[in-house]
Formats: sequence, structure tokens, C-alpha cells
Amino acid sequence: MLYHLGRYILLLRLAFKKPEKFSVYWAEVMREMVSIGIGSLGIVAIISVFIGAVATIQTAFQLVSDFIPKTIVGTITRDSTILEFSPTISALVLAGRVGSSIASQIGTMRVTEQIDALEIMGVNAPGYLISPKVISGVIMIPFLTIISIFLGLVGGYIACAASNEVSPSDYITGLTDGFKVIILQVSMVKATAFGFIITSICAYQGFYTSGGALEVGQSATKGVVYSCIMILFADLVISRIML
Amino acid sequence: MIETINIHKTFGDNQVLRGIDAQFKAGKNNLIIGGSGSGKTTLLKCIVGLHKPTEGEVLYNSENFTKMHFVERVPIRKQIGMLFQSSALFDSMSVEDNIIFPLNLFTTMSRAEKIDRANFCLERVNLAGKNKLFPAELSGGMKKRVGIARAISMQPKYLFVDEPNSGLDPKTSILIDDLIAEITQEYQTTTVIVTHDMNSVMGIGDHIIFLHDGKKWWEGTNKEIAHTDNKELNDFVFASKFMQAAREKL
Repeated sequence: MLYHLGRYILLLRLAFKKPEKFSVYWAEVMREMVSIGIGSLGIVAIISVFIGAVATIQTAFQLVSDFIPKTIVGTITRDSTILEFSPTISALVLAGRVGSSIASQIGTMRVTEQIDALEIMGVNAPGYLISPKVISGVIMIPFLTIISIFLGLVGGYIACAASNEVSPSDYITGLTDGFKVIILQVSMVKATAFGFIITSICAYQGFYTSGGALEVGQSATKGVVYSCIMILFADLVISRIML
Repeated sequence: MIETINIHKTFGDNQVLRGIDAQFKAGKNNLIIGGSGSGKTTLLKCIVGLHKPTEGEVLYNSENFTKMHFVERVPIRKQIGMLFQSSALFDSMSVEDNIIFPLNLFTTMSRAEKIDRANFCLERVNLAGKNKLFPAELSGGMKKRVGIARAISMQPKYLFVDEPNSGLDPKTSILIDDLIAEITQEYQTTTVIVTHDMNSVMGIGDHIIFLHDGKKWWEGTNKEIAHTDNKELNDFVFASKFMQAAREKL
């Protein structure tokens, strides 16, 4: 455990050394941002709408009382979507989509000697391969989370419009009622941390792959599993500290 | 010139190299040969810095490469070209981008100059016009040739080649060998080739080092190899009936 932690930290230190040529690295960052951001937009959009809708229906189902205003459904859906559902569930899904892709891509480069080829050329392989992915993850995953929050709330609205539990106007009133900026701040801190966790852990797993195709698959699996565990742990820590 | 002094390499309890002293001269095809597990590729990886020797030193023109830090090695690395056994082309890049990749990172050439250089390198390996193909679209022999084109793009002083003929048919193998030999002569590179292909040994082996059990067992030229009385070398070189018959005719 400590061995892996030490090696992970050393790898990240290498990854963030001064680049050989900024323009080449910048192009890689742009490419990764498109891959992580645009490439994940579809799956994030789909899960967000459904999560928002389900959260609204379940909250409405549990708050059947004349003493509780219907608008509270919108408020609870908003807070739970912003604080937990959008950042955390999106991150767990992205760990599967983005994380496995990073681990298997870097792992394949390792077993096919492409990383050795980079090192022979004098390229800082961790810097060239890992830093653009981490930077892109840290930038794009908060963006995806913002989109996820918006679509989650839209999903809740659709659920209200499609059922008679809560009227859309009550839902909208609930959404705007007593909004605290700290909720959004916590969400963005979580999303940034999750972006770092997914990209760096999966890159670490891929970078130290040895063997062949079987080991590449194992690295991808390990990367996703460890990322998911660390996402949930970081979720707990950030919530405890900031709320 | 490259020199290795008393190179030892151990992986856990497995001692792979046991004190290799060798010199690899410029303008020569220096071949490292030996059976499977004899330490050929490990020695090559120690020379290029992919493995850190457990003991010993590697000198590039008398500069101690082994003791250098990553950043200190960069000027020497820029003079190194390497062809890997698997070619190690970057899958996500076209042939042209593979070749200009080191130029992008380490030169201030304009885009047009880089394309010109890529075209020159591709012509040199008889792959003119294949710029836009991706590695997945190439045959094994073409991948090797693109690997050579990438290796020579920075006009290296040192060329390393790991098993250039593995997975290739005999005719393509000879083409690749000839190409490496021509480049060595043309650019006066210090070329180090790891192989167990006897056609390469006999065809282009200006200077041959035979490894056995992690030690340098024999050293000489392709002309001397046929007349040696070294038992282990003879067992390796003349293992096939074809080579035994060829020896009798020599």
C-alpha cells in the first residue's frame, strides 16, 4: 500500500515537470479535453436526466403530508442533485468510461514499447502522457458536472410534468427557494477532486502495466475500482470538511 | 563510440548480465547475438538507459551515460534512434506524425521543413507517399521501415535495433538488414543490433558479440565466426542442418 502510494506520488511529480515543448503539450491537453469532455457528454446527459427524474419522484413519494409544502420536493431534489448525485454518480460513471480508457491506452503503450520509445527519444513520458490527461480531467469533469446538474434538474421538471405528484410550478419554486452558494462550491470542489482521482489513478495503473493484453485489462479494472473507492472516500472527506 | 564497462544486471535473484565489457564503433554494424535468455535485450536496454545496470558503466564517446540524470541524458538521447522489436509506432498517429514527433519536440523547424524531412525519411526506407496511413494499416515489414524512418528523423549518431527480423519473411528480413547497413554507412552511425537471425549475422555482422549465460563469450566478425572453435558459439550458429551444410562448403 505504502509502496504504491510512494510510487504514485513520484509518478505525479515526474508528470508535472517542465514540458519539453509547451505547444506540443498544449495540443495534447486540447485533444484530451475533447476526448474526456465531449466524449462523455452523451452518457452524462442520459444518466443525469434519469437521476433527476427518479430523485424527484422518490422525494415526492416520501413526503406525502399536508404539513409539508410541495415546493420542498424541488428544494430537496436541487440540493441532493447538486451536492451528491451529479458530482458523485457522474464521477463513478466517468471512472468507468474515462478511467478505463486512460488505463488501457497507457497500459497498451507500455506493453507495446511505445513508452520505451518516448523515453529513448528523451521525452518525459509521464509528463507527455499523464499531465495532459490530469489537467483535462480537472477542467472538464467540473464542466460535465455543471451540465449534469442542469440536466438533472430538467429531469426532475419532466418527472413533475409527467406525473401529478408535484406541479411544475411548485417544483420551480422549490428549486429557487433558499439556495445557498456553498452547495455549488462543494459540488465543484468534489468534481475537481474526482477529476484528479480518476485520471491520475488510472494513469498510474496503466503506466506500471507489465505483461500483455491480459495485464492491460487487469490494469483498467484496477484503475476503475480504485478510482471508485477513492471517489467515495473523497466525497466523504470533502462533505465532512466543507458542510 | 559506445563502451560498456563491467555491466552487471540482476532482476531479483536472477543475474542476467555478468560483467560485460564491450566496445561498439561508429560506422560499423555491431551485432549482439546469443540464445534466448542470454541477456541480449537486457544489455541493449542497459546501453540505451531503459534499464539501470546493477553495476558497471556505459560510456557514449567517453561520457558516462549511466551516472547522468534524466535531464542530463537528453542531449545524448536526441542523438539516439531506436527500432524496437514491435516497431513501437504510436498507434494514435499517422506515419507522418510518428516521424515528425521527435522533430516537434526537439527542433524549431517549421511545419513545411518537418514534412520535407518526413518525406525524405520515408523515401529513404522506400515508403514514399505512405504519410497518411496509420500503423494499424501497415504490414510488419512496413512498420519496421517506418520505425527506421522515425529513428533516423533526427539524424542520429547512435542507432539501436532490437530483433529487426522477428516476424518477417526472409526476403523482407534481408531488405531491412540491407537498409540498416546502408544507413550505418551513410550516416556513420554507431549501430547496435540485437538479433539471433543467422542471415543478419552472416550478412551485415561487421562486429559480433556472442553472449552466453550473461557473459561475453566470443567477439569477432562475420568472417571469423565460421572458423571459430568456441563450442557454445558453434552450437548456436550451426544449430540448423542448413548452417552445418553451409559451414562444410566454407
